[in-house]
Amino acid sequence: MASVTFDEVSKRFGTVTAVDGLSLSVVDGEFMVLLGPSGCGKSTALRMVAGLEQISDGELRIGDRVVNDVAPANRDVSMVFQSYALYPHMTVAKNIESPLLSKPTRVDGEGNGDGAPVARKLNKAERQERIDEAVRMLGLAEFVGRKPGELSGGQRQRVAVARAVVSRPAVYLMDEPLSNLDAKLRAQTRAELIDLHARLRTTIIYVTHDQVEAMTMADRVAIMADGNLQQVGTPREVYDAPANVFVAGFIGTPPMNTAAGAVTGDEVEVGPSRIPAPGSPAGTDVVVGVRPEHLTVSEAGTVRARVHHVEWLGHEAQVTVDLQGDTVDEVTAPLAPGSSPGRWVVRLGSGVAPPGAGDEVRLQVAAGAAHLFDAETGWRLGAEPDPDRSANDPVSVG
Amino acid sequence: MATVRSELAKARGARVSDTSRWREAGLALLFLAPSIVAFVIFFYYPFEQLVLRGLYRNNIAGDNLRYVGAGQYGDVLGGDDFRQGVWHSVQFLIYTVPVGLLMGTVLAVVANRRLRGIKIFQTIFTSTVATSTAVAGFIFLALLNPSIGLIKSPDLLSQPSTAMFGVALVSMWQNLGLSFVIVLAGLQAIPQEVEEASTLDGHGPLRRFFRVTLPLISPVLLFLLVVLVINAFQAFAQIDAVTRPSGGPNGATETVVFKIFENRTPDRLGEGSVMSVGFFVITFLVTMGQFSFLERRVHYGE
Repeated sequence: MASVTFDEVSKRFGTVTAVDGLSLSVVDGEFMVLLGPSGCGKSTALRMVAGLEQISDGELRIGDRVVNDVAPANRDVSMVFQSYALYPHMTVAKNIESPLLSKPTRVDGEGNGDGAPVARKLNKAERQERIDEAVRMLGLAEFVGRKPGELSGGQRQRVAVARAVVSRPAVYLMDEPLSNLDAKLRAQTRAELIDLHARLRTTIIYVTHDQVEAMTMADRVAIMADGNLQQVGTPREVYDAPANVFVAGFIGTPPMNTAAGAVTGDEVEVGPSRIPAPGSPAGTDVVVGVRPEHLTVSEAGTVRARVHHVEWLGHEAQVTVDLQGDTVDEVTAPLAPGSSPGRWVVRLGSGVAPPGAGDEVRLQVAAGAAHLFDAETGWRLGAEPDPDRSANDPVSVG
Repeated sequence: MATVRSELAKARGARVSDTSRWREAGLALLFLAPSIVAFVIFFYYPFEQLVLRGLYRNNIAGDNLRYVGAGQYGDVLGGDDFRQGVWHSVQFLIYTVPVGLLMGTVLAVVANRRLRGIKIFQTIFTSTVATSTAVAGFIFLALLNPSIGLIKSPDLLSQPSTAMFGVALVSMWQNLGLSFVIVLAGLQAIPQEVEEASTLDGHGPLRRFFRVTLPLISPVLLFLLVVLVINAFQAFAQIDAVTRPSGGPNGATETVVFKIFENRTPDRLGEGSVMSVGFFVITFLVTMGQFSFLERRVHYGE
């Protein structure tokens, strides 16, 4: 068991900066998910914890120990790889035994009388005991004699996890371990990993680009883009109060609707539309964000739009609309990545009859549902990052 | 309704019937025809002729063909000449094959790193593949020359006891490139994540090599072994190039192939044919043996 602390950690490959001054504290026993699009530096950050990448700058601590120059095997971590990285020529049992053979393994309650854990080599019987335990934990009993080639993807994945847990390390590192599984198996394995963490209470750092995995499994999520940390928080926090338009657009399916506007009184003006936002600093240019589920079609609505098309999914309908007004075409403010200016999505429950394509509609924004972001930096109003960090914190747009 | 019926009729037609199976077999034969034709013309027919030729004997002019029967096979294959040739071939194999496997692996492991300029070394190690045997032979004649060579003494090639080793040196050197390329390709096919898993498991360099790397390149090593053995059995040009008289001294470097070559005169075509067939059978059995014995110990990915 240990915490993991990134202190201004950077990784440069030649002239490319993969991770830029990352500061992040992973609490002991926490399930921390590093989330971001491909190329955002999340895997590199994880590999630096494993010791598979050298750290260019900054300090990385596991527990109280600085591990910048500690060999991977001596860091007391284990890793589950995306491809599982099982040894194809060894049986499942031999694969699981592998981490116990060459490096000292932590044994609890053997310290000089004080019950503190001790790291030492295990004898054969002890190794077998550990293997049996891991095999039982992951339900692999009937496969121990088989080779990885004879197993399905899900079974291989479980062997990889068993190999990670067998040495009871202080930290588990997982690099997109579910991305090679089909959708159904992925959901099931997700539940198994949550369960495993609940039983072991060991720190897990888990890398993924899949926000569903992040939201369902994480104690806290760290969202990264372009090598920079965007926001750290519980899944609820990052969903309810995204720190910037990048996070707003990355978390949530469909993503948060965004539009550029100006604050007047207690409203944000977006073309002819008015979005209620009480308590905002008047006169500022902002990017306003509204989640699709916080919009309803209503005669009394203050947002004017025309329906582009409707996707009916059974339990809900997703209505894509174009906001009215000319200003939307001239937007220079950072909008949520992947969104097209002036095009919003409304999520309607199954009880509501959706409008037809081409209809003029008025949309009602739920009270307190508007998010305001600075029109220049894209950061949430009142939640800008520290001034000394903002210099290297350009928010990625689209 | 009519359309439904016609669709059903079509679907029924798609069932595999005996007719369509025959048609399929015919089609398969058609696709196989080019390789079958090539094999028949360039392998089966000449081989059949070779086997039959071994049953005949003729005079010094190459005519007056007489049928002598299978007895000639017994005489030649049981004779001292053939046995001596086989022994020399085996000697040559013992000198060249283990060294080829070992040196290829060592060089490939050393050069399989992500280092600046490593491509230059990879190219240098590979270059012997592109060297013709005559050139290789010439290089070693110069190197081994007792008065001007780099390796002056002892004069390997002039002593019957050491001449085979001298010739084998040429082959060892020439095989380096091939062995290196093949093993390097095998090493580069090992997934990086597996190596990283091994690093995290705390395997030292030796343990990693023997527990992870070696098993994973075993199919490649088996392939290399088969190729090296066949190369060794077929060695001829290097013997011809560096020994004086060819196959000397005192016949010490006459391998089976060399003996077959010497039996190419018209009056001894029968004997040569028998040796060729005998040698084919030996090569065939050895190769089959390598596959069946070693395949069980070789790991082929997934």
